[in-house]
Amino acid sequence: MSMINEITLIAVVVAIACALPGVFLVLRGATMVSDAITHTVLLGIVLAFFITQDLNSPLLMIGATLVGLATVWLIETIQRSNLVSNDAAIGIVFPLFFSIAIILITFYAGDVHLDEDAVLMGELAFAPFRRLDLWGYDLGPQSLWVMFIILIINSVFIFFFYKELKVTTFDPAFAAAIGFSPVVIHYALMTLVSLTAVGAYDSVGSILIVGFMVGPALSGYILTHSLNKMIGITVIMAIINSVSGVRLAFFFDTTIAGMIAVVTGSTTLLILIFSPKKGLFQHQISQNRARRNLNKEIEKMA
Amino acid sequence: MLTQVLSVFTDYTFQLVALGTGIIGLLSGVIGTYATLRKESLLGDALSHAALPGIALAFVIIQRKELMFLMLGAVVSGIIATAIIQVMTRNTVVKLDSALSLVLSSFFGLGLVVLTAIQNNPNAQQAGLNSFIFGQASAMLRRDVQLISSVGLVLLLLVVVFWKEFKCYTFDPMFSRSLGFSSKIIEFLLSMMIVLTIIIGLESVGVILISALLIGPSIAARQWTHRLSGVMILAGIIGFMSGVIGTLISSLGVRIPTGPTIVVVVSVFVFVSLLFAPKQGYVAKYILRQKKQKLFKKRLDELEEAKQ
Repeated sequence: MSMINEITLIAVVVAIACALPGVFLVLRGATMVSDAITHTVLLGIVLAFFITQDLNSPLLMIGATLVGLATVWLIETIQRSNLVSNDAAIGIVFPLFFSIAIILITFYAGDVHLDEDAVLMGELAFAPFRRLDLWGYDLGPQSLWVMFIILIINSVFIFFFYKELKVTTFDPAFAAAIGFSPVVIHYALMTLVSLTAVGAYDSVGSILIVGFMVGPALSGYILTHSLNKMIGITVIMAIINSVSGVRLAFFFDTTIAGMIAVVTGSTTLLILIFSPKKGLFQHQISQNRARRNLNKEIEKMA
Repeated sequence: MLTQVLSVFTDYTFQLVALGTGIIGLLSGVIGTYATLRKESLLGDALSHAALPGIALAFVIIQRKELMFLMLGAVVSGIIATAIIQVMTRNTVVKLDSALSLVLSSFFGLGLVVLTAIQNNPNAQQAGLNSFIFGQASAMLRRDVQLISSVGLVLLLLVVVFWKEFKCYTFDPMFSRSLGFSSKIIEFLLSMMIVLTIIIGLESVGVILISALLIGPSIAARQWTHRLSGVMILAGIIGFMSGVIGTLISSLGVRIPTGPTIVVVVSVFVFVSLLFAPKQGYVAKYILRQKKQKLFKKRLDELEEAKQ
């Protein structure tokens, strides 16, 4: 496989793996929590790295996922105390975890092969260099396999818990009443978000992951009213964004993940403006029509 | 240890950097109070990320690292981001948090795209542009501190002059409109002030962590008092102290980054306040609950005895 095809394939797999949990994040209004998670998993990666001294250890994944869950728990504990507003709770937890991670990385910078730039921005262009060798066979890029497994985990979870996710997202009180625990489903979803964030951090970087999660799902949210269709549109948008992002990045000779984020933002904004049902354009037209009708009515009355 | 601390205090660079970060902390404490009270604290997070493409594009245009121009670029992209977020949340079905995350990541992505493109076409002047992402307080110059303090003075003056307008708008926007204050002008002024505060903090604290400075001090201050003026003054003091203490800690060690250290200090203030604030803190509530339980048990015992 040529380099650019390999990179495109990784980008597509990463984009779909991120977009799937993103659908439910957008519907639940929990996208900024996922932003917090993508920052704090860095602390988990750093801490697990100090224990294992190996950047490829699966322990890194487990450690980072646990820290992601700890973030969600701490944010929710602070929110429950009613001492601060919901968004402020997010805003005080993740910078703290993130700062500790950065301080640790900088402090041990000499002995650690962890670069703060790489962690934040990630670089898809380097992904094909880390190969997965098994019994002497070259099985392709390592991150492709990791993200493919995460993609399968995400799809299987959504497939098997579809109705649980649906009912807890749209009517948590009803879900609790008929015996589904919204809390369990919520934490399961957050575990998936953490896992996806850890898997994607070295190719996409922690800040852009949230764009990969929110952008395509938001496009689906604007275009349709049905959850099934929304998931379909989300996957299609994730593929379109990542393929065109990779091409554009090669054309301009710049960062691939950044370019995909830009493309994702632009396509979502375009859909937001021109969507036939909930778009800005439509909104303006119907508002004008309503105003004209009202004026006519008033004239008639006069 | 003590002599080390004392020698740091007399160091010129330390005095300069501590003053700079202290003023940034003070300003973000004061201005951030409006953001947290209006429950828009994460807006600061989105706007700080959105400033990056402005900085990078400004550098592409003038090809020099002139702080004034870079900040101007940051202001422009910050305003564009604010406008996009407001249009998205007001005129469509999109929720605030989705709008914030989308704008945050796509603007930051654009910033990285431009920065990488700059690095691929080397120019001797580009060195240090990356410092905007994490901040580099130790690189602060006398000129920077002067700029920070003059912008800060203007912002504080605005807060004093428009005190009642801002106060009214923060707590009850509808009422403020009915009194005849133009909500558009006030809103624009307030978001302008938040953007400016973020931008003067960018070089030293960095894009990612400046939002913590906006949120932390006012949240901590909010636990101790219920008056707006009290919260604001206390938030300013906490912000100032965090800046100075963070700079002090980071200059004591060899490889301790200043921005993250300041954030950790702010967080200590926040968590101490949440735990130990009188009446509403965790500890105070716990003691109150214990007392009530004891009283209730006593009352039960009394009733029991009375029955026998």
